[in-house]
Amino acid sequence: MKQLTRLALAAALATGFASSALAQASEQFFPQLTYRTGAYAAYGIPWSNGKVDYLKMVNARDGGVNGVKLTFEECETGYATDRGVECYERLKTRPGVAVVEPLATGITFALTEKAPVDKIPLMTMGYGLSISQDGNAFPWNFPFLGSYWTGADILIQHLGKQAGGLDKLKGKKIAYVYHDSPFGKDAIPLLEKRAQMHGFALQLMPVTAPGVEQKSTWLQVRQNRPDYLILYGWGVMNTTALKEAQATGFPRDKMYSIWWGGTEPAVRDVGDGAKGFNALSLYTHGTSSKVMQDILKLVHDAKQGTGPREEVGNVLYMHGVITQMLAVEAVRVAQEKFGKGKVMTGEQVRWGMENLKLDAKRLKELGFDGVMQPLATSCSNHMGSSAARVYAWDGKDWKYTSDWYQADEKVLEPLIKEQADKYLADKKLARRTDCQ
Amino acid sequence: MFYRENGQFKTSYRADQQVFPILQDKIAVWALIAACFVLVPMLASDYFYLAILIPLVIMSLAALGVNILVGYCGQISLGSGAFMAVGAYGAYNFVARVPDMPLIPALILGGLCATFFGILFGLPSLRVKGLYLAVATLAAQFFSDWMFLRIKWFTNDSPSGSVSVNNLQVFGIPIQSPQAKYLFCLALLVVMAILAKNLVRSAIGREWMAIRDMDVAASVIGIRPMYAKLSAFAVSSFIVGVAGALWGFVHLGAWEPAAFSVDISFKLLFMVIIGGLGSIMGSFFGAAFIVVLPIVLNLVLPALLGVFGVEISTAGISHTELMIFGALIVWFLIVEPHGLAKLWSTGKQKMRVWPFPH
Repeated sequence: MKQLTRLALAAALATGFASSALAQASEQFFPQLTYRTGAYAAYGIPWSNGKVDYLKMVNARDGGVNGVKLTFEECETGYATDRGVECYERLKTRPGVAVVEPLATGITFALTEKAPVDKIPLMTMGYGLSISQDGNAFPWNFPFLGSYWTGADILIQHLGKQAGGLDKLKGKKIAYVYHDSPFGKDAIPLLEKRAQMHGFALQLMPVTAPGVEQKSTWLQVRQNRPDYLILYGWGVMNTTALKEAQATGFPRDKMYSIWWGGTEPAVRDVGDGAKGFNALSLYTHGTSSKVMQDILKLVHDAKQGTGPREEVGNVLYMHGVITQMLAVEAVRVAQEKFGKGKVMTGEQVRWGMENLKLDAKRLKELGFDGVMQPLATSCSNHMGSSAARVYAWDGKDWKYTSDWYQADEKVLEPLIKEQADKYLADKKLARRTDCQ
Repeated sequence: MFYRENGQFKTSYRADQQVFPILQDKIAVWALIAACFVLVPMLASDYFYLAILIPLVIMSLAALGVNILVGYCGQISLGSGAFMAVGAYGAYNFVARVPDMPLIPALILGGLCATFFGILFGLPSLRVKGLYLAVATLAAQFFSDWMFLRIKWFTNDSPSGSVSVNNLQVFGIPIQSPQAKYLFCLALLVVMAILAKNLVRSAIGREWMAIRDMDVAASVIGIRPMYAKLSAFAVSSFIVGVAGALWGFVHLGAWEPAAFSVDISFKLLFMVIIGGLGSIMGSFFGAAFIVVLPIVLNLVLPALLGVFGVEISTAGISHTELMIFGALIVWFLIVEPHGLAKLWSTGKQKMRVWPFPH
């Protein structure tokens, strides 16, 4: 009992210290939900490093946004939904909260329910709820640059091109190997629709999370002999899939993954065995861009860097940098409307996220010249851009093999409308009316 | 001195069979409940509600359910996560499919779904026991993982397999604010805990304990093992199912099958073992230990190390948290193998005989 009281006393003391060290009100606060431990840490670490380094760089280079300093605090979720919710609740109470990025599909779903109540925008770049690109139905969600549906759509377009036209896909067999969670399942309606349109056979092959056990899946691949294989894997699952493909003898150049497969941790341990493996890419990685040079110079040279210097510019690191840039730009845009040099509220930042206009000129000013395609969001379009390219692993680096694709709005739009309406009807919610 | 039962004479069986035979106990418990309902809402912040109190209350309820099965009836179960999932998805389906389904009947029906599922997977307990049964109940866990991932009907054909609920209300009172959510869960917990406490003191509870202590002897004196074991499975999974529904509806708001993975089964088992097998009070202690301690460590460690000028990374905190947590579990089990509840009752006993220990 004595030990217990002592422990409680220490706890009370320490929380007292913690609350006195809270951020000042004149700072814009970016909660960082991370997972640096657990089954998916190989993905979570570089991603978070990129996000945090970008904030440090903006503070060092520009002194924040119009004089408003950018602060952040990390909270470890371990990719678990309940811990993510706890982190969100803990960090959302800080003064000057701008935007929350859940970093995991499961946490995104839970926070989608909470964000409208707290009036905090949710940013999910390249993941999250696919139908949430419909800003009329999901006022607080922002799946920038792409969703699982746009990714799947582009992959089918690319496969059609490889086969010599989308009509040539008729009679072909496409296997869909996916993480058996909302992440992997989300793309199925889109793929099914495409299968109906073009007449290819879609073979669904779920892999139980976290994805290290895939023997039975690859036995199925061996039996069914698909012409192409689409891989929606996350973290360790991608590596395992590549190793299994090698063992099964399935040609890696017939394997296509969404951007989460096109990362260094996915192929690093497989080495030559991953040669020819294709994946989507949303942006150009590497350290040649100005923004990466700034980060290296202002953050890493100043010994302020997060994580190892040689990982700067990796695919996932870049993902973090771009996400954070979009968030910071949203704050900047919001300040132009609501007052420069002020700390923005969640609602004001949301306005900024709905009015992002990053054309080629602006991207160049920001140091993202040649890194990504221009992007423009609106009240009803919360994605901004769905551009992606295909690249292939050559054993050492990712090499681009295609031009930019755009997801086909004609295919996506009716599906998004239908599913979003169903979502709203289930929840007895109405569409937004304040959009033009 | 103050904790003395001298002069408290029991003159009827009724008085002798009170839940809390000592007056001070009774006053203390009612005061505690009153404090939870009145004092806590005056003090707690939103973070405290949403991140600590609500998960704690719901997990206490789940641990209570598991304790009935594992602690009172001796049937080790690793399928508690599955029972929670069945409760959550069951209640969700009633809400989604029946127009204007009120919340409380939905929760109860969800619990009844879990009851049915629990009885079904409790059937092996008639043949096997101990570790073998633990493995058999693990099948419930895997079956529910599979079922809610693959059978689209259960998730109302949601393309991603994730479901959500909103606009919760009871008798027209919205359960939206953190305070309302907390009070609602707490009210359910108190009602269920009182029912459970009385149940384990009644004839059926004694049958469970007889089965736990020695099933052959119990059947010789006329206890039907089938009835006793399956009723324990039924009651336990009902409570766990309601807790699961609350976890999905009130705490998470939207969930996927991974929210009720095998991890949660293990956690619930740890709660019961650390809290104290066969003790209602122990369920609360265990839940507090498993739910609150990691968060407290997470909050305290950086600040504590900051005092000494050491900066610790997010991953570092997480790893240290796991190490401390593991060490504490081992330490507790060695020092107090009967769980925190035993520590509690030892403390009470010491107070009773103070200042003349014998």
